[in-house]
Amino acid sequence: MATSSFSRGCFVFKPSAKKKKMTVGPERYFTHGSEGSESSEVRFKICLDLWNKVKMETEALQDELNRNILDSLLEFTRKCSSTRDHSDWASQMRASEIPTAALVLGVNIPDHDMTFQSLSDLLRHSVTPHVASLQAKECGALKHLMKRVLERLMGAVVAVGDEEEEELQQTDPELQKSVHCSLTALCDWYISKTKKSSCSAPGKKRSSSVVDGQHQQPPVVIIFKDLEAFNSRVLQDFILICSRYIRRLPLMFIFGIATSPSTIQHMLPNSVSSLLCIELFQSLSCTQHLTTVIDKLILTSSFPFKLSGKVMQVLVSIFLYHDFSVRNFIKGFQLALLEHFHSQPLSSLCCRKNEAQLNVQQLGPADLERIRQLPSFKRYLKEQEEQDNLMTDDSHLKDVCQKLIKGLHKYHKNYYPILRCLHCLTSSLPRYPLGKQIRELHLICLEKNVWESEDYQSAMKLLKMLAKGELISLLQTCAEVLQPVRSKKMKNALVQLEELLAKLKLLDVAVVGPAAAEVAPSVEENLTVRNLQKKTDLFQLQKMLLEMNESRRSKRMSSFEILRNEAVEFVDSLVKNHLSPPESKPLYEVCYYTSSATVRRHLNATPRTSIQAALSSPYSYIQNDSLKTEDGTVSNAAPDICIAYKLHLECGRLINLYDWLEAYSTVVSAAEGSNPDSDGLGKVDEVKHARFIRAVSELEFLGFIKATRKKTDHVARLTWGGC
Amino acid sequence: MAGLLELPGYDEERLRRVSEQLPCRELQAGLLLSLMGQPQQYCYPSLFIYGHRASGKSHVLNVFMKDLELPHVTVSCVECVSVALLFEKVLQSFFGGNAASLLPRSPSLSDFVRIYRQQSSQSPAKQTRYIVMEKAELLRDGDVNLLPTLLRLQELVKDNVSVILLSEIVWDKFRPNTGCFEPLLLHFPDYSKGELQQILSTDRHPSYSAEFYSSYINMLLGVFYPICRDLRELRHLAALNFSKFFEPVAAGKVKETDTHKLWKYIEPHLKKAMQTVYLREVSSLQWEQMAEHETGALRGLSAHTHVELPYYSKFLLIAAYLASYNPARTDKRFFLKHHGKIRKTNFLKKNEKTSNHLLGPKPFPLDRLLAVFYSVVDSRVAPTASIFSQISSLVTLQLLTLVSHDDQLDTPKYKCAVSLDFISAISRTVNFDIVKYLYDFL
Repeated sequence: MATSSFSRGCFVFKPSAKKKKMTVGPERYFTHGSEGSESSEVRFKICLDLWNKVKMETEALQDELNRNILDSLLEFTRKCSSTRDHSDWASQMRASEIPTAALVLGVNIPDHDMTFQSLSDLLRHSVTPHVASLQAKECGALKHLMKRVLERLMGAVVAVGDEEEEELQQTDPELQKSVHCSLTALCDWYISKTKKSSCSAPGKKRSSSVVDGQHQQPPVVIIFKDLEAFNSRVLQDFILICSRYIRRLPLMFIFGIATSPSTIQHMLPNSVSSLLCIELFQSLSCTQHLTTVIDKLILTSSFPFKLSGKVMQVLVSIFLYHDFSVRNFIKGFQLALLEHFHSQPLSSLCCRKNEAQLNVQQLGPADLERIRQLPSFKRYLKEQEEQDNLMTDDSHLKDVCQKLIKGLHKYHKNYYPILRCLHCLTSSLPRYPLGKQIRELHLICLEKNVWESEDYQSAMKLLKMLAKGELISLLQTCAEVLQPVRSKKMKNALVQLEELLAKLKLLDVAVVGPAAAEVAPSVEENLTVRNLQKKTDLFQLQKMLLEMNESRRSKRMSSFEILRNEAVEFVDSLVKNHLSPPESKPLYEVCYYTSSATVRRHLNATPRTSIQAALSSPYSYIQNDSLKTEDGTVSNAAPDICIAYKLHLECGRLINLYDWLEAYSTVVSAAEGSNPDSDGLGKVDEVKHARFIRAVSELEFLGFIKATRKKTDHVARLTWGGC
Repeated sequence: MAGLLELPGYDEERLRRVSEQLPCRELQAGLLLSLMGQPQQYCYPSLFIYGHRASGKSHVLNVFMKDLELPHVTVSCVECVSVALLFEKVLQSFFGGNAASLLPRSPSLSDFVRIYRQQSSQSPAKQTRYIVMEKAELLRDGDVNLLPTLLRLQELVKDNVSVILLSEIVWDKFRPNTGCFEPLLLHFPDYSKGELQQILSTDRHPSYSAEFYSSYINMLLGVFYPICRDLRELRHLAALNFSKFFEPVAAGKVKETDTHKLWKYIEPHLKKAMQTVYLREVSSLQWEQMAEHETGALRGLSAHTHVELPYYSKFLLIAAYLASYNPARTDKRFFLKHHGKIRKTNFLKKNEKTSNHLLGPKPFPLDRLLAVFYSVVDSRVAPTASIFSQISSLVTLQLLTLVSHDDQLDTPKYKCAVSLDFISAISRTVNFDIVKYLYDFL
């Protein structure tokens, strides 16, 4: 928009009411630009359903995880409010401290909002209507803090006696005057409020209201969401003031702490912290939280949508390396979900089995062609004999697709239980050959055939060395994992496992003469131990250990060892049958989102790289054909700043502005198509001069150059590299 | 004792009650009363009372004002976020709410004086009016003219009003450099051990004899007197630990008079209290529960120092620590691959013999932080937005502090605000040997 002002500055344009945009539904956005638009509506519906389900699930999970700590917090508030009115000797003599809950939440600040939201909801619901939550950024000074507290509690506008709100005062002077920003006002308000509520309960009998006296005095809870960010001076003063009113006003604080509780002592001197009665509450660590989220969201066959190994890797590494935020992880999941349904036309099949079967029948010829082009389907074709038929006959293809989709669902149904079993068995092995967390194992399995990896071999070896007690307990947990699965194969596996377990347990009873078996090795061991003491050479030692190993192996195995090997081989066979990577399954593209680059680009933005990319190859953003160039060059039709940037790359630490201008003007004149031989070439006219100055100041704004005093008419380059 | 306070104009019965409530402060109370004079007499314009925390300043004045029914207003300066609040409070309690509403928005001192005079001409003081200001040291931070004006308020408003300032700081620290009206100074000395004993013994438990309680107080003071003379705090501690003290008596193990045995029972408990609940490591509520259930030692607040951080945040913090405690010249030696053989002595300048750790962290620009970060972290890290946002979240977590002004977007400067122990614990989790990279430990 234009202004009539001569000076430079920021101008505010209020949006005119007429020009308001038509609100476009999310569906329009979704279908716009998505591939295979004919099925986009179906996909949008599936996507929305799925997301709603995921959202509900995660929210329930969050509540569940926070339940413990929130319950204990609620208990604490209740206890505090009930012990206040005791009139026994000890509590009368005691200095009245403000009950304070120090809630340690971890450094994942983005997640805290949800916790505090549910906390204040719960408090409002079950303990007290008077809850105010504060954020540090709105409480720069004591009066602002007071103002926020009063506002949130009383729901009224409060005057601070400040000039900033001059406008407000003019509009409503009466209201402004009536409430002053002090705790006295809050006290009066509280007393009137509690009186009113006790009067307005006519149903209660007189006698009961005495008993209910404590409930008639609900505590006033003030939540400091991010204690670390508060100005300690302000906080100290506020606590000092509050402590003066604690006899009249049942105040209570909740400190949200991101780092460690010792922050309180760093922030508050003893004279202030002695006014508080601090109790510590530790919340679940965010890594545990993530583990449960992954468990519920990803390692389950109830959601048809899956992440490929690489995408999962990106999301997990953002979590572990950057922010520890579960909320961001779920947001990333949401992004992948949206992208998948948006970009993959065949994702209409990514839903429940029955729906998918129906959707297969609805597929149009274009979609069928897409199926034929899928790499996984091509691989499948190669394995089959009747290729031609599938390539041409649409209805036959549909039938096969139904079968394949069914197979995919079955695969998922078996994959997760077996994954859990394998994790159960290997997670307690020394040095964690297959990872400590189940997500690591999952990533390995997604990538390749897990049984071919070295780590897997070593894990199996270690399993073959387990003691009986351990083995039995591990197998039992496996059986528990398999128990609830409703699948034929898993039921079979369970039966076999239980047989094995029963045999192992029988051994317990049958063991009568282990002495005979143990004599021989003990003699041998004595011998080897003596040998060991003799030889100290490392090489010799290694050789001997190997020999010992051999001799052990050649020995006759006890019945337990036979059973143990049998069990391990059984597990191995299960793994080989069910834990093959999804890439090997035909039509896996329907369910798996694989574009990790997109996710990374969206979630882990690299502003500097994109600025440099935009400047060095403007085509990638502007998509104008005239800008298309070979690598490393910039077309002379590019925007001014790109040309200036390109030219500045050729300079050293200090850039002579005049030379730069000359070069720029040469390039631009060439672009304007003037005859290269004519005299006008490279001549600097005013417009070019102005354009150049603008480009240079833009570069300065972006931080590529800065003014320098070392040399006149020079600027300093702030980046290095380039040509 | 009761006869110490007497002045015509006051009810004798009342004076006796007042002096009963002020044990061990008879001298000060008598002096104060004689300074205040008879109710209708003009008092000295301003009094300044100072003494340590819990030496009875506010208590004496409160008792005087309440029991002698003098017109007064008590204001705590910490509460007066703006002067308007102070003025309003004074006017309201002297002349009622109507007078306070006459004050304009964001009133000045002259507004206050004007309205005060206007009101006092309508209802002149029959008795001296007192304005008691607690925590008066905060008045120094406010308006420059406020303190001098209050000191001679009597003269300005031409009314029988007197301002009493209470503070923990001596008057010398108050005197503005432009000079002002000198108030009368009155010092409240600390209570002696005997006085503390006397005062604490007065609030005995109703179901036990006074001697029993007094012996308890004696033991309590034996443990706590060397470290704490704050009456309020001592009273708090006495209340917290008394239940433990009468436990053996209630159980019938020890007679009330057997002080020696009682001491044996209570001493370890009090010693433990000194290390935990007195320092507020453990809250009083938890302390009581511990005493009830005999549970094992509770971990205090300062025991929890472990902080979990994302992987790159850890390295950013390590880089910040290195940048804060190593001189910038030495970066080359630590982070360049072929730095050649440079011994510490080559780097040493004359004035640099003191350890950097004794001098504290030094500020460093963002560029240096990132340069150190990239050479410290083992993998290639793209300079993504989240790396930068981690720096600012470290600032909000108070692990780093921003040294340059907020407005300076160009090359902000930071300082690392964590201790060596903390950073060693962090670097241990990422297998980084920080000591090898610190100039001080070379």
